[in-house]
Amino acid sequence: MTGVPRRLAQAVVVLWAAFTLSFVILYLLPGDAALARLGGGEGVTATPAEIAAVRAEYGLDDSLVVQYGKRLLAALHGDFGTSVITGDTATHMVFGALPSTLALTGLALVLAVVFGAGVAVLGTYTRVRWLGNLLLSLPPLGTSLPSFWVGLVLIQVFSFQLRWVPAIGSDGFVSVVLPAITLALPTGAVIGQVLAKSLRTQLGESYVEIVLAKGASRRRVHFGHALRNAALPAVTLVGVVLGNLLAGTVVTEAVFSRDGVGRVTAAAVGTQDIPVVQAVIVLSAFFFVLINLAVDLLYPLLDPRLRAVTRG
Amino acid sequence: MSPLLEIRGLAVSYRARRGVLPAVRGVDLTVHTGEIVAVVGESGSGKSTTAHAAIGLLPRGGTIEAGTITFDGQDLTRLSERGWQAVRGTGIALVPQDPTVSLNPVRRIGDQVAEVLLVHRLAAGRDAATRAVELLRRAGIGEPERRARQYPHELSGGLRQRVLIAIALAGDPRLIIADEPTSALDVTVQREILDHLEHLAAESGTAVLLITHDLGVAADRARRIAVMSEGRVVEEGPTREILGAPRQPYTRALLSAAPSLSREPLRPRRPAGSDVLLSVSGLGKSFRDTRAVDDVSFTVARGRTLALVGESGSGKTTTARMVVGLETPSAGTVTFDGREITALAGEELRLLRKRFQIVYQNPYASLNPRFSIADVITEPLRAFGIGSRAERRARAAELLDQVALPASTLDRRPAELSGGQRQRTAIARALALRPDLVVYDEPVSALDVSVQAQILALLVSLQEELGLTYLFITHDLAVVREIADHVGVMHAGRLVELGPADEVLTRPREPYTRALLDAIPGQEWDSVPERPVSA
Amino acid sequence: MADVLTRANTRFVLRRPGLVLAVVVLAGALLAAIAPTLFTGQDPISGVPAERLQGPSAAHLFGTDETGRDVFTRVVHGAALSLWATVLAVVVSLVVGAAFGLLAGFRGGVPDAVVMRIVDVVQAIPAVLLSLALVTALGFGTTNVAIAVGLANLATFARLMRAEVLRVRSGVFVEAARAGGVRWSGVLARHVLPNALGPVLVLATINFGTAVLEVSALSFLGYGAPPPTPEWGSLVAGGRSFLATAWWMTTFPGLVVAAVVLSANRVARALDGERRQA
Repeated sequence: MTGVPRRLAQAVVVLWAAFTLSFVILYLLPGDAALARLGGGEGVTATPAEIAAVRAEYGLDDSLVVQYGKRLLAALHGDFGTSVITGDTATHMVFGALPSTLALTGLALVLAVVFGAGVAVLGTYTRVRWLGNLLLSLPPLGTSLPSFWVGLVLIQVFSFQLRWVPAIGSDGFVSVVLPAITLALPTGAVIGQVLAKSLRTQLGESYVEIVLAKGASRRRVHFGHALRNAALPAVTLVGVVLGNLLAGTVVTEAVFSRDGVGRVTAAAVGTQDIPVVQAVIVLSAFFFVLINLAVDLLYPLLDPRLRAVTRG
Repeated sequence: MSPLLEIRGLAVSYRARRGVLPAVRGVDLTVHTGEIVAVVGESGSGKSTTAHAAIGLLPRGGTIEAGTITFDGQDLTRLSERGWQAVRGTGIALVPQDPTVSLNPVRRIGDQVAEVLLVHRLAAGRDAATRAVELLRRAGIGEPERRARQYPHELSGGLRQRVLIAIALAGDPRLIIADEPTSALDVTVQREILDHLEHLAAESGTAVLLITHDLGVAADRARRIAVMSEGRVVEEGPTREILGAPRQPYTRALLSAAPSLSREPLRPRRPAGSDVLLSVSGLGKSFRDTRAVDDVSFTVARGRTLALVGESGSGKTTTARMVVGLETPSAGTVTFDGREITALAGEELRLLRKRFQIVYQNPYASLNPRFSIADVITEPLRAFGIGSRAERRARAAELLDQVALPASTLDRRPAELSGGQRQRTAIARALALRPDLVVYDEPVSALDVSVQAQILALLVSLQEELGLTYLFITHDLAVVREIADHVGVMHAGRLVELGPADEVLTRPREPYTRALLDAIPGQEWDSVPERPVSA
Repeated sequence: MADVLTRANTRFVLRRPGLVLAVVVLAGALLAAIAPTLFTGQDPISGVPAERLQGPSAAHLFGTDETGRDVFTRVVHGAALSLWATVLAVVVSLVVGAAFGLLAGFRGGVPDAVVMRIVDVVQAIPAVLLSLALVTALGFGTTNVAIAVGLANLATFARLMRAEVLRVRSGVFVEAARAGGVRWSGVLARHVLPNALGPVLVLATINFGTAVLEVSALSFLGYGAPPPTPEWGSLVAGGRSFLATAWWMTTFPGLVVAAVVLSANRVARALDGERRQA
């Protein structure tokens, strides 16, 4: 198997493995105390009889192999079980929350790329020393700030002091701006760091000397040659970047009391609502696999070295 | 006639963490229109820095401290960035050292050649593309239309260097600076490229400033030679004077250290011995679908030296690695003193390693950077549990003495030693277990010529003293001549010729051996001391 | 390493005021974790109701919270749990990750394939989500949060350790040792491990800052120690209801976390530089 079918098969395998890993973590690790929550919720002390009833209801008395088989089969049909808190299916809860989260991550992605790439490109291009130093010191700063705190500070300043935007909620475009900035900051900082480092490496390569020796300007060297080579390693990070954005919504949506997958996740972890947590994990792995598949297939278009070689 | 390029009192230094390091001090150099001038020197002599200063491309941290560089009546040291952009490409062009990293990997060859024309507005659009193809053709590239659409990774090193020559010629410059243009290439390719560069320069009246470590290359190509050492020009003049009657001791030392075919062997050749220590028969090695080594057979008699010579990819190093059991052959046998190494594995092979050792090409990589020199040399002794700690240290001191390093070296680290000293350390380690056979894999090719000569002399005297048997892997026929009793010539995985050194080097039977011999630079100068000045 | 650091002369240090400041901040945080009473004599758990929700002043550097507890005191006392969790998390990723990486890199073959496929899968799930799943399974509390963060981050360590082992193992000096007759155990212990471990230890220092952030994020979400025990993340969370009236309750604890992470990253960068120069 080569090319696209091979990549597809690999993607399916990774997805299956992610499901298995989440099964191992969520269904094999917990003790009875956690399992009891399956039937009760916070603060319920279960009697042995109640635990037995829960075990029977959730199929936990079956052998592990049978449990695993049943759950895998159900998952293939998009069924991760029923939330023990709401009684709704886990899949329905997660998908219901998805649109709001996608809007948030989408805007955050745009902000992160613009901020990260802008800082890296300008910071390495400018000859004004203090400006370059200032710009290039932003990404390390961005990765060091706790995002839950950044969100709260933004609320304080823009909602309470300046009264520009509402503090919380999920209505309208305005409400998405502050959460998106909060979410974009750490990711944009990572993009900025990777791209700036990669640009510096490229600018030190021998081919840059040859381009200069042709009589080309610095702008031509920077934008016509170095940037494209430097962007290649950054492109491979897209899957990781999107995964981090999705995971970041857990904190961001909690800070801004915004509805979405992150909030569903945080609540599910708080009540040890295992089916919902598993649905979220598999969903994020699905996104990761999908994005990486796209990157793998598109990468050769950006890097000729990965196309079929016709050496001669 | 006023000179094309005139460098006066040039001083360049590098600002490093530890302070300011002078690289070039007070260099004077002149290049006239259409003339080829060579700057020769060992690594660290400042030759490359001088060249880069002349095109305004000093590495980060390099600054011109003093002096003037006048090109075509214009002082380059006062030039603005814009001014430099106008000069580079059309006034002065550069052919770099390593063609494999000097082209942008994600842009097509044709575009990279045409860029010169676009930058200087000499052509645009389709016209530029057509002229780029023409330039590739002039640089000696076959099927230039197809090549122009390809990417750098699809071309061999030699072809990439031709592309870089095409780029250098594109703006019709008056001066080409060629910085070690062929040192990364095999000798046969080196010769073709230099022939072509010389021809094209003569055709268009372009001057060439040729930077090289190889006196032979300089002798073949240049009308005048400047010899540099430690940041200064120690001697400068017409090629025939520099080579025929060098005035400076440094130039004489450089000349005598340069290996060349006409020089005497370091020791009289010895006849083939009858006591065979190493015997290789039908040896083969395949990697995936390529045969790296194919049906190689030879023997080495006790106390003798066999040199295996070949270009990169000839299979010589793989052969050496199979001989010492570091690579498993796909076919054939290696027999050492009556025992078949190829049949051994694990502990049996390890115990036999006491008797054959290997010395590697790169002395910077072959010593553990965290070890002291004493640790490095005594490691094989430790491995076989020989002697107490103190005895091993005493043996290490004795070994250092044998390779002519002071005993104080014992407590130093590899990073504190020069390349030559490191290679001596590696030799001492190889001798620690008193082996019968030592395999040398390109032991001197990473070293400057003067150091090469010392190491080769050391190897010969050690062989006499200790009765060692050598298998010597090299790409350099001149080195072969100095030390080998017998020579095997390898090409594309096969041993194409095998015989006594003098016979193979003077009366080769194979055309491939002949071609290798012809490609060695600087031969004319050994036989004909007075070179006719070509006008 | 220690040798290099002691030799780093005064000029090296004086040229880097930021690095000096970073070391001071980290030392202060560590000292607060070990001996909080050196910094403050007030009680972190029970407050003075009369002094509730007071702004920063000489008596209360970071102000007071809704029950009149001194926020500075709670931050100082929170250092112990927050840093303990961080160190535990880093140690878990380092030890488990490096062990897997060493096994994969040195043995190759089947163990390598198995370990690397597991690492691939672990990296397909964002670290934060993975640690959330582990918290769901293991239950709440500082130690569980630390283990969850540590396990979620071990893939990077395993990858780097494997890459370093492969790099060193293919080095000429390792082959030279083998050709010199050194046994594989000696090659591993004397050549491969010492040369491969350096970058992995540097990664651990780089990872320290990330671990502080992840541990405090989980604490912020309420999965750490139960109240009223102070932790940095939960301190910030505790101030959420008073954003409009008592800005100091969120701002100062958050600033402390940011300062510690920035300092850790600055020190890690310095160590990373040392390694490259060596």
